[in-house]
Amino acid sequence: MSKKLLLGDEAIAQAALDAGLSGVYAYPGTPSTEITEYIQGAPITAEKNIHSRWCTNEKTAMEAALGMSFVGKRALVCMKHVGMNVAADCFVNSAMTGANGGIIVVAADDPSMHSSQNEQDSRFYGDFAMIPFFEPSNQQEAYDMVYQGFEFSEKIGEPILLRIVTRLAHSRSGVEGKAQKPQNEISFSKDPRQFVLLPAIARQHNRELIAKENEFLKASEESPFNKYIDGPNKKMGIIACGIGFNYLMESYPEGCEYPVLKIGQYPLPKKQLAKLVEECESILVIEDGQPFVEKQLKGYLALGITVKGRLDGTLPRDGELNPDSVARAVGRENKQEFPASPIVEVRPPALCQGCGHRDMYTVLTETLKAEYPLHKVFSDIGCYTLGAGAPFYAINSCVDMGASITMPKGAADGGFFPAVAVIGDSTFTHSGMTGLLDCVNSNANVTIIISDNETTAMTGGQDSAGTGKIEAICAGIGVDKAHIRVVVPLKKNYEEMAQILREEIEYKGVSVIIPRRDCIQTLARKKKQQAKS
Amino acid sequence: MKKDIILSGVGGQGILSIATVIGKAALKKGLYMKQAEVHGMSQRGGDVQSNLRISDKPIASDLIATGKCDLIISLEPMESLRYLPYLNKEGWLVTNSTPFINIDNYPSEEDLKKELDKVPHKVVINVDDIAKEAGSARVANIVLLGATIPFLGIDYETMRQSVREIFERKGEAIVEMNLKALAAGKEIADKHLQ
Ligand SMILES: Cc1ncc(C[n+]2csc(CCOP(=O)(O)OP(=O)(O)O)c2C)c(N)n1
Repeated sequence: MSKKLLLGDEAIAQAALDAGLSGVYAYPGTPSTEITEYIQGAPITAEKNIHSRWCTNEKTAMEAALGMSFVGKRALVCMKHVGMNVAADCFVNSAMTGANGGIIVVAADDPSMHSSQNEQDSRFYGDFAMIPFFEPSNQQEAYDMVYQGFEFSEKIGEPILLRIVTRLAHSRSGVEGKAQKPQNEISFSKDPRQFVLLPAIARQHNRELIAKENEFLKASEESPFNKYIDGPNKKMGIIACGIGFNYLMESYPEGCEYPVLKIGQYPLPKKQLAKLVEECESILVIEDGQPFVEKQLKGYLALGITVKGRLDGTLPRDGELNPDSVARAVGRENKQEFPASPIVEVRPPALCQGCGHRDMYTVLTETLKAEYPLHKVFSDIGCYTLGAGAPFYAINSCVDMGASITMPKGAADGGFFPAVAVIGDSTFTHSGMTGLLDCVNSNANVTIIISDNETTAMTGGQDSAGTGKIEAICAGIGVDKAHIRVVVPLKKNYEEMAQILREEIEYKGVSVIIPRRDCIQTLARKKKQQAKS
Repeated sequence: MKKDIILSGVGGQGILSIATVIGKAALKKGLYMKQAEVHGMSQRGGDVQSNLRISDKPIASDLIATGKCDLIISLEPMESLRYLPYLNKEGWLVTNSTPFINIDNYPSEEDLKKELDKVPHKVVINVDDIAKEAGSARVANIVLLGATIPFLGIDYETMRQSVREIFERKGEAIVEMNLKALAAGKEIADKHLQ
């Protein structure tokens, strides 16, 4: 088969399609979004009726995938790393139930936080759930891991985790595909209570899962994704995980002088590790993300073999790896020829000119500054987070999806006034609705602005689960209809917007203001598509 | 053959369209390639860059190391300077001269010129003006691409072929306009080299 030029994300999607996928379940999040988008756009998806519609959040995605596995079919779940926190309840428990049809969970980590709140390393989740997990070093490996992964998941009867990082997800290279497999037929587990995690059953499952550890370890030791590459210089042995291996090879185009253990499948292959430790005087661990392997090898007291890596400063403690930091770690520092230019300034991203969030923030900041100087604005994650920067400097918080509704509630519970929330429509349905019910149930004195651009803009304009339903959702949750106010965020409406804001801040209870106008980027894209068809 | 290329600009300027044409040409030549792109947060008026690596041998890293870049291609002059620490001694910088000013502390024209003057191997051109001459401001990226042809390590004919294939479905007029833009850019670089 011929090679296709694919992003890491696209390679994963293509592999899943080739491997007989029946459904992808996902909520958008950089750098994972393109996996689902690729599947949505693939002709086979419509032909074979493969589920690909966006989910409301990562937890609903994980649960639906488990349901698909329950009936014997193959499901893919995709999310950015912080999505794992949302999906964690089902994810960890899915290791307890085990899988019937194959499940692959893709967690896309973002070391260096190119577009994220933290740089948590999803390998800890794989370890925590006690299931095998994979870490590709290139797009072809990502393809192969997913293509074989469904079968492996079915063989061990467990979901598996694929951990990728931004540089793999968003980098393109040639990928060779494999033969198309059919989808699974519907079939059920022989054990009718496999998915019933009552304590008595769960205890049994837990012991069974622990008993599989040896099987998982053996699979790792025999895996083609874990490779021991010998080298003549035994002063140091190098463990290179995922794309860390590429940066190492970049420093050694002629081949590495030290023995190298390339890691792509976990749990760590004990046999190969033992060999490396036995033959080498010290160990260097190169891993993108947090020091997951390094910590395990070193141990808390660091009494065994010398282990170098992020913890002792051989590599930087935070941030993504790159060819320079790895070159430095092996004593082959790259030489800079031209100094950095002193006149180059940072150019932060900003809200688009003409964006409705801009109009919302203009009125909000002017009104609050002039009339409520003691205000606090709790915000959330989306394009509107850019209200943190110039010229608005409008928000006081951005923590995790949905926290913009519950944090002002806590502040109001503590006697603070005025507590204002700013949240986007997709974030609201992702995790804001439950918080709103808390607000309603305790009649919290909060003013919630749902800045509705009818899309999930930050991640590239995916469909938003609540489009057309936001007022009904708020009313259904119990917000008084008189205090659900819809406005069009345009300059000509500034006075009306300010007046509504005043009224709702003064109202002692839960009010929701919905400034609604299409995202200009999504609108432009839609128009372009319409013109095409 | 190995070319490590950094493409830079401001979110929305369309650096990836340049990468697509080079990528297609590289594949035609049977070369290996890796291209690290930027998606997400940084698309909105912030600085964006892409690392494009092509070689006749397998490529290890997705990212280019300090001091190893052969060619910086930039749609914006200040952005071209951002990646100078990556340029190798013999490396070339090909940039659009028109600033994209969306920050208050954007450097003065004078300072920009002074800094660009320090780079020994460079082509600085006003691609927008030349694009308009070629038929439309929309082909500015292709003009810039044309100006990189002497430094790409891929022959002109293959680049033309790649442009043709990428714009084919938009009709012959669009293909011709883009080929004209490519030629105009190349001509400037050739003149510069003489
Ligand atoms: C748990 C979690 N999932 C996904 C993301 C990625 N993410 C950040 S912003 C965003 C979209 C927000 O959409 P919306 O609330 O409608 O605001 P908009 O960007 O459209 O203004 C997403 C999906 C995240 N940060 N956290």
